[in-house]
Amino acid sequence: MSSIGEFGDYGGQYVPEALMPAIEELTDAYERYVLHNEDGFMDEFRERLKDFGGRPTPLQYADQLSERYDKDVYLKREDLLHGGAHKLNNALGQVLLAKYMGKERIIAETGAGQHGTATAMAAAHLDMPCEIYMGETDIARQRPNVFRMRLNGAEVNPVTTGRGTLKEAISETMRDWAATVERTHYVIGSIVGPAPFPSMVRDFHAVISEEARKQILDTTGDLPDSVMACAGGGSNTMGMFAEFIDDPEVDLVAVEAGGSSLQVDEEEGVAPNSATLSTGEEGVLHGARTKLLQDSDGQIMESHSVSAGLDYAGVGPELAHLVDEDRVIPANVDDDAALEAFHRLSQDEGIIPALETAHAFGYLHAAAVGDHEDNLGDVVVINVSGRGDKDLETVVEETTARDIDAGPEMDLFRQVGRSGGDSM
Amino acid sequence: MSLDRNFTDEPAFVPYLVAGDPTYEESLEYVEALARGGADIVELGLPFSEPIAEGSTIQQAIVRALDGGMTPNRYFEFVEDLTVEVPLVCMTYYNLVYQYGPSDGPASFVERAAQAGIEGLVIPDLPAEEADQLREACDEHGLDLVFIVAPTTTDERLERIREQVSGYVYVQARLGTTGAREDLSDHTAETLERIGEWTVPKAVGFGIKTGEHAQRIVDAGADGIIVGSALVNLVAEGDDEDISTAETATRIENTASELKAGALAGREQPPEQQ
Repeated sequence: MSSIGEFGDYGGQYVPEALMPAIEELTDAYERYVLHNEDGFMDEFRERLKDFGGRPTPLQYADQLSERYDKDVYLKREDLLHGGAHKLNNALGQVLLAKYMGKERIIAETGAGQHGTATAMAAAHLDMPCEIYMGETDIARQRPNVFRMRLNGAEVNPVTTGRGTLKEAISETMRDWAATVERTHYVIGSIVGPAPFPSMVRDFHAVISEEARKQILDTTGDLPDSVMACAGGGSNTMGMFAEFIDDPEVDLVAVEAGGSSLQVDEEEGVAPNSATLSTGEEGVLHGARTKLLQDSDGQIMESHSVSAGLDYAGVGPELAHLVDEDRVIPANVDDDAALEAFHRLSQDEGIIPALETAHAFGYLHAAAVGDHEDNLGDVVVINVSGRGDKDLETVVEETTARDIDAGPEMDLFRQVGRSGGDSM
Repeated sequence: MSLDRNFTDEPAFVPYLVAGDPTYEESLEYVEALARGGADIVELGLPFSEPIAEGSTIQQAIVRALDGGMTPNRYFEFVEDLTVEVPLVCMTYYNLVYQYGPSDGPASFVERAAQAGIEGLVIPDLPAEEADQLREACDEHGLDLVFIVAPTTTDERLERIREQVSGYVYVQARLGTTGAREDLSDHTAETLERIGEWTVPKAVGFGIKTGEHAQRIVDAGADGIIVGSALVNLVAEGDDEDISTAETATRIENTASELKAGALAGREQPPEQQ
């Protein structure tokens, strides 16, 4: 098979036979249109990212955080991309590719709803019918994104199996694809799944680090000491790391969700975290060999994170490989630290981050205040992968329930929320 | 000895159930009922937490079996506890095969399966490209490795599968996931024709529900029929409606007999009548 999609011991194509021809067709399209810019595909993609998406996004110096931590902290503002997260880079790329391939229908899974929202926007923009699969737990905790998908004309199909989160949504989307593969393209939302998805999704997001690397060089004349991003499946992570991988002097830190604990409950099949890079074992899930949260038999664990977008038992095979190669440093912070960081960034910098993103800032805080060894150096670039509007209900609830110090008095919001009925 | 011996005299009936659904003890009874109903081979599912190729009927069976405590080790004990003569094929997903210890890779699983009396494997998420290691282990322990051919499979891919397949080839009658259907797809005859020259027997599955379906599939040239969801539905009904294990076993045996009779009727009719 093609070497695309093989990352050391990880990667591959573990999908039902019915899907294999579509995977081969997609590999061919990826090589022609994305890698070789056939028919000017990449030119059109870049043009649409600029006009529709709002690229390039700024690299901003974070005044307050820099002073607080005695470092130079730079923020790559992917939260300013259209839709409020980095996800549009990949969604627009894949929907456009589906169009070039002559596909007539788009399906996608979503966890936090950011990828579903981005796919719904891209599909509306490019006039393609679109259906999104979303776990019912995630539908409940990310309602604003459900509204946005519907407003953009996408169907949202609730997934009721398992815990009703990202893992189940991916499985269900694969089932739809197996039935409709001839006309339908599955827009996978992260650097996971069978080859060529991990490579292709990385390439669509590599624009993040392409810009950031140039921006930091233009600003400081030098490369940063470290580059940091949160990691669930790992799409914003690989997008942020891609162009720095060949700069050995730049440390790359992937911050996962520590959830409530790194311990696993083998009996119940629950890992109350999503720290796959730190604690996972090699296995096969959703089309790829990668690191997984699994029990000793190989059954996949139910993961947990306060952040829906990180709540996944797998991780991209390329990230797993880069961790094994010691090129990427895996780290994690727990739910409480992420919530603290959410409030700190909101108050210090006037940026309300996604709960996913807040994990990276939680790690910055822990390193800078000496909770553990500070391996970040003096100049740090952090990917602000998304904005937090979708998380406001969760944050109000969780800040009160957990008595998070950094949060403002939340009773006011809770009362307003109640008197306002369902709406935020 | 290969599984293809079970296709020589007459069309084979290959039913599927999930081991341990809804409990270990009941499930033993149901597999025995399949044998009494005329099964020529039984595909016995080892439940995996992420069954991406299954429709809702078998997904729910897998949840019941996992909730009932089924694990790979329990599964092998289950196989050893069965008293049936009919050959058994293990159907599961690759991660369970891959993780089984003590050695890395699929070898330990295959060795244990062979020891328990399993004669073949079907792994729906393992395409021919990724199967070299497993093929090698199966050869070493004398197991057949069954592959699925889908309506979308290209001619180039058919050749790759032909090189890897043994025992029988699983012809997927239509796109999508497993599940009993009212209607049957017309992809079947076309696919059977494309692999007509293969020496390995051709068993058709996905959507077969009645004896009449079975008859039509055999008419179309199949050497056997594979039926899962229609039988799993009987287990689900038994569990949901508190029907006794004996009664559910009887229903399973009767449905099995009907399907087997349908397959036999298909062979008796000359094809030109269709």
